[in-house]
Amino acid sequence: MDNHSTYNYKVVRWFAVMTVIWGIVGMLVGVIIAAQLVWPGLNLHEFLGYGRLRPLHTNAVIFAFGGCALFATSYYVVQRTCHTPLFAPGLAAFTFWGWQLVIVLAALSLPLGFTTGKEYAELEWPIDILITLVWVSYAIVFFGTIIKRRVPHIYVANWFYGGFILTVALLHLVNSCEIPVSLTKSYSCYAGVQDAMVQWWYGHNAVGFFLTAGFLGMMYYFVPKQAGRPVYSYRLSVVHFWALIFTYMWAGPHHLHYTALPDWTQSVGMIFSLILLAPSWGGMINGIMTMSGAWHKLRDDPILKFLITSLSFYGMSTFEGPMMSIKTVNALSHYTDWTVGHVHSGALGWVAFISIGSIYYLIPRLFGKEQMYSVRLMTAHFWIATIGVVLYIAAMWIAGVMQGLMWRATDPDGTLTYAFVEAVKNTYLFWTIRFIGGLMFLVGMLLMAWNLWKTAAGAKAYDAPVLAPAGGHA
Amino acid sequence: MDINDMRSIVTVLAFASFIGIVLWAYGGRRRAAFDEAARLPFTEDDDPAPVAGKGSAVKAAQVKGLEGKAS
Repeated sequence: MDNHSTYNYKVVRWFAVMTVIWGIVGMLVGVIIAAQLVWPGLNLHEFLGYGRLRPLHTNAVIFAFGGCALFATSYYVVQRTCHTPLFAPGLAAFTFWGWQLVIVLAALSLPLGFTTGKEYAELEWPIDILITLVWVSYAIVFFGTIIKRRVPHIYVANWFYGGFILTVALLHLVNSCEIPVSLTKSYSCYAGVQDAMVQWWYGHNAVGFFLTAGFLGMMYYFVPKQAGRPVYSYRLSVVHFWALIFTYMWAGPHHLHYTALPDWTQSVGMIFSLILLAPSWGGMINGIMTMSGAWHKLRDDPILKFLITSLSFYGMSTFEGPMMSIKTVNALSHYTDWTVGHVHSGALGWVAFISIGSIYYLIPRLFGKEQMYSVRLMTAHFWIATIGVVLYIAAMWIAGVMQGLMWRATDPDGTLTYAFVEAVKNTYLFWTIRFIGGLMFLVGMLLMAWNLWKTAAGAKAYDAPVLAPAGGHA
Repeated sequence: MDINDMRSIVTVLAFASFIGIVLWAYGGRRRAAFDEAARLPFTEDDDPAPVAGKGSAVKAAQVKGLEGKAS
């Protein structure tokens, strides 16, 4: 039998707690920059101006909040579905401390103005090397655990987590190829339109694999567990996985419509983005149909509310995305706040909601409690956050379409009808509504932190015993 | 053969292998194995609290019931 009698919950617990803390930090910075757009006087210092804080916000919510949620859930799911404790527990602990160091270095270097200028890959080369070390360790721990599994099959959630880990490694290595000129400055290996294409190949696949595949791994474990039913169609989940892998890689050019990128490349990007609708909706339907016969549970279970609502937002934003990738639609939407609305429908509605639901599932199990301290607070969190997201994305949709229409409007003599600043003036109302929506989302996270504190306070850390696979003898 | 022919061939091969995966997944012989795989998260008992006896019997009964339904 196994030498370890319990699963390694320690590193899961660390990552789960840090998910909540970094969520609050990242979303607070988001609320600050939203306020700066409404009240420009809030740009108090060069370190705290919009241009420096915006990349801090994106890095904090994607890599700190989302990253910790992915580490926590993947370590939990891979152990439990393989019926074995984590491989290389020392290395697993290193991924935690290494990742926290990456986040702290990002929080220091970005406000100080050290940046590569590549969106979602702003961190300078020494931090890139640290990320590589952490990521290789993560892969060793994850795949090592899969190799020593005690069941023959690799559960589908682990396929999605594995795809996410491998692809992010590839994306990071290719896009972060850079030539250092000093400790804090480097230049990209690529130039001109190739640099742009590599960047958005990276950028869109960061969305596809960091912000989608990994979180689909959560969906395939936590939705069935919380609903108490196996996934609607396991075969569909297999096809879902491979369809996503085959198509996502080619969608990046839609970020570069009407640029110096060759026309045919833009068209390929658009077509693959449209094809992506099929696997995205296949996956969403598979998740939602898992609830069939158990819909009544949605009434009083806030965890299921978070999980199922996240799938609705996933369906919405993966419909919206292909539509926006159509060149003629993109001519209206690109560079407007519509893009910002689309991103947050995915980031808040899908990524954050499924993470919050999964973390609420994990916390009691990691601290040996029956359930969270307050179920009512969880329900309050759900409704405050949902109203916040809806306010946010509705405001950005209206603002974006308005901006697009104002920018393209011409008078009969061919001159532009509106000066740029007129579109800015008309956007203030919507930026204010967006600020309120974002603030509500942050308040929800604060409720979660309080609930977590009350659940964990005085509780003993709990590590569940390793269970023998079905039919086995422990 | 120039590099563009190679690119076309790789694209066609990728498409063919995807079709192969779909046929494999939906082939009749795999059905039972996939149904079993879908129940993997339920072959374990992870009640939130380590309260012996209380929830686990109920959970086990639920899973039993599911196995009946799924097949």
